[in-house]
Amino acid sequence: MVTVSSKQTQKLHPHKFLMWVAIGSLCMMFAGLTSAYIVKKSQDNVIDVPLPSVFWISTVVILFSSLTMQIAVKSIKAREMQRYRMLLGITALLGVVFALLQVYGFKYLQNHGVKLIGRNSNPGASFLLVIIGLHSLHVLGGVIGLIIMYLKLYFSKIRNYSSVPIEVMATYWHFVDVLWVYLLFFLMYLR
Amino acid sequence: MITEAVLHNHDVRGHDVHSEDHHEHHHHETFISKYVFSMDHKMIAKQFLITGMVWAIVGGLMSVLFRLQLGYPNESFPWLEDLLGKWWAEKGHITPQAYYALVTTHGTVLVFFVLTAGLSGTFANFLIPLQIGARDMASPFMNMLSYWFFFLAGVVMMCSIFVENGPFSGGWTAYPPLSALGDASPGSKTGMDLWLTSMSLFIISSLLGGLNYIATVLNMRTKGMSMTRLPLTIWALFFTAVLGVLSFPVLLSGCVLLIFDRNFGTSFYLSDLFVNGVGALPNEGGSAILFQHLFWFLGHPEVYIILLPAMGMVSEILSVNSRKPIFGYMAMVGSLFAIAILAFLVWAHHMFVTGLNPFLGSVFVLLTLLIAVPSAIKVFNWLTTLWKGSIRFTPAMMFAIGFVSLFISGGLTGIWLGNSALDIHLHDTYFVVAHFHIVMGVASMFGMFAGIYHWFPKMYGKYLNNTLGYIHFWATIVGAYLIFWPMHYQGLAGMPRRYYDFSNWESFKDSASINAFLSTIAMIVFMVQLLFLFNFFYSIFKGRKVTTKNPWESNTLEWTTPINPGHGNWPGEIPEVHRWAYDYGKDGKEFIPQDVPLGHDESQH
Ligand code: HEM
Ligand SMILES: [Cu+2]
Repeated sequence: MVTVSSKQTQKLHPHKFLMWVAIGSLCMMFAGLTSAYIVKKSQDNVIDVPLPSVFWISTVVILFSSLTMQIAVKSIKAREMQRYRMLLGITALLGVVFALLQVYGFKYLQNHGVKLIGRNSNPGASFLLVIIGLHSLHVLGGVIGLIIMYLKLYFSKIRNYSSVPIEVMATYWHFVDVLWVYLLFFLMYLR
Repeated sequence: MITEAVLHNHDVRGHDVHSEDHHEHHHHETFISKYVFSMDHKMIAKQFLITGMVWAIVGGLMSVLFRLQLGYPNESFPWLEDLLGKWWAEKGHITPQAYYALVTTHGTVLVFFVLTAGLSGTFANFLIPLQIGARDMASPFMNMLSYWFFFLAGVVMMCSIFVENGPFSGGWTAYPPLSALGDASPGSKTGMDLWLTSMSLFIISSLLGGLNYIATVLNMRTKGMSMTRLPLTIWALFFTAVLGVLSFPVLLSGCVLLIFDRNFGTSFYLSDLFVNGVGALPNEGGSAILFQHLFWFLGHPEVYIILLPAMGMVSEILSVNSRKPIFGYMAMVGSLFAIAILAFLVWAHHMFVTGLNPFLGSVFVLLTLLIAVPSAIKVFNWLTTLWKGSIRFTPAMMFAIGFVSLFISGGLTGIWLGNSALDIHLHDTYFVVAHFHIVMGVASMFGMFAGIYHWFPKMYGKYLNNTLGYIHFWATIVGAYLIFWPMHYQGLAGMPRRYYDFSNWESFKDSASINAFLSTIAMIVFMVQLLFLFNFFYSIFKGRKVTTKNPWESNTLEWTTPINPGHGNWPGEIPEVHRWAYDYGKDGKEFIPQDVPLGHDESQH
């Protein structure tokens, strides 16, 4: 019973740790939805829905935003505040573009006769809407976080060079990015 | 204002000193920042506790009302109509819709608000920082949010009781179609919308709290406090939080799909049912069973979310008051771990009779019965901790021992239910009601009472009155067994749960006198709880003052803080930990607190 760890100082920052646990929690939420989808699928009454090809563009957009996010982290560490602020803005913008593209994808499905909700809706399509919609909401949540950080840069009187908040943010951002890629392949192959 | 990060930095270089003068000198607290939007984990704990108590009274009162119907179905209580109005009690009888509304709200409130938020919300908040040696949680702000989301959830639930068609009335498990279809029952309309809103807020609250507890336990332990030196309370609260963080999101997913079915006409759970007065539904291909899977994937871990904190506190209290080390510390941690893992693998034992594939069913039987192993280990270790101890029968200790008794009784009936063949007969009978009330409801309540009696001196710097405590204990344990033991026989005789009136069933005519008896005892036990409440609030103000730092002569760190600790817990440096929490009766000393360095020739633990 002697595994004393007296090294207390080198631990992960509590907020970063919090983010990792939160990510585990989010994973479970999507695991719940995707397993529900699998169960539904096995009951064989889900009508196949083609994935709109605009999802490929949104994939590129969100992957690119992860890149800008990463550079933003680099630039605050180098204290290049000008560039940092710009990259924050770009990343947030890309997030919004991503969400819009997703909306466009569903519009496209609707225009091609796939009923997402309401009377006689296609359960497969409803699942698509809920899963992808919920994911987009999480991206938009990230965007709000970025906007708040952006505004804080403008309005706070104290210069703050701590990179912890943006690193926590970046972890989240990469997570929703990876989550999207996972969901895309999941929905592509499990149909 | 305390910034979050400053408080928690553990590196001893200078930070402690820094936060110290924060507390001592420039910390001006207003009423609002101290008692309302507090970020002090101890105050938040008290907020959780008292809100939980309010809900316990509301939920308990509801059970008294529906027991009135079950016990005296033919009697009329005109004062009930005067009191509650026509919707609830027409001509002095609890109406059917009111009965179902009461049962549902009772279940929801007790399971989620009292035994989840009230129990782990209170004690995780109170004990984690104090027992691991931290000044506060990883994020005090999120902690505050956690409470206020819980509060809001309660407000919404309370509102749902007063809407026109009454609160949701389809059972605490909220199965579709009753929950998915507004036309299915009165409570399925606005009542259900509010139920869903309230539960969503509650889930957010639990997640915010749980994230914090995990991060705090893993990240913010004081110097020397290795995981294997943690008191078992902390281990239990830690696993509780892990269970919550991993299972509540799945319930949220289930609720999102439910919201879509209710409001956007999708067919996740609804299929082409025929509803009286509505006709055939347009929905196609939905599966109500899908919801049960999602619900019980949370639901089963949830019952352990309720139980584990009680187990942890009981382990600690038994050891302190037996003046003996806990028997088999590592086995206790290991069995908590095993229970936490298995909790995720047994959910379908609630669904044996839903048409589940019998082969799959037998896998779940096996996994379910496996839980008996770690449960038995825990029971064995509690009993061996008591064995030959010099036991101090404080009220907290009495409740802890009561917990062990109840856990044994209720666990044994669990093994009956876990066999799918037996469950075909027992499912949805009073046997199940008896099982889970004893093992979860009453046992966890006992854990909670034990915790309150034990840590009240630390919370308020006062003692609770002992005599009232003993009366409370004996009346409650005798009452609980008297109420729930006979229910096993009723269930074995086939009496179904959730029925409004048994009096016109030939086969259950005999049970009328039993039902009346159970209802009477239920009312008495409820009254006794009011006695406890009186003791609680009276003692906060007028109780006997605590005069020593460590009234129970206990080893854990919370007793090294001042009698009324401020925000930040220790006025000076946080103590360093040199040993585990269970050095009782070692080397001829009665107890050795965790912050006492090892003697020369002392072996390390
Ligand atoms: C050896 C341990 C246990 C076993 C094998 C077991 C097994 C079962 C089974 C098979 C059922 C389903 C009965 C039915 O609906 O037909 C059940 C119901 C239930 N159990 Fe247990 N149980 C155990 C311990 C516990 C514990 C420790 C708790 C809580 C702390 C608990 C809480 C519940 C609840 C709340 C229900 C009923 C839920 C409802 O239908 O409303 N059980 N148990
Ligand atoms: Cu279960």
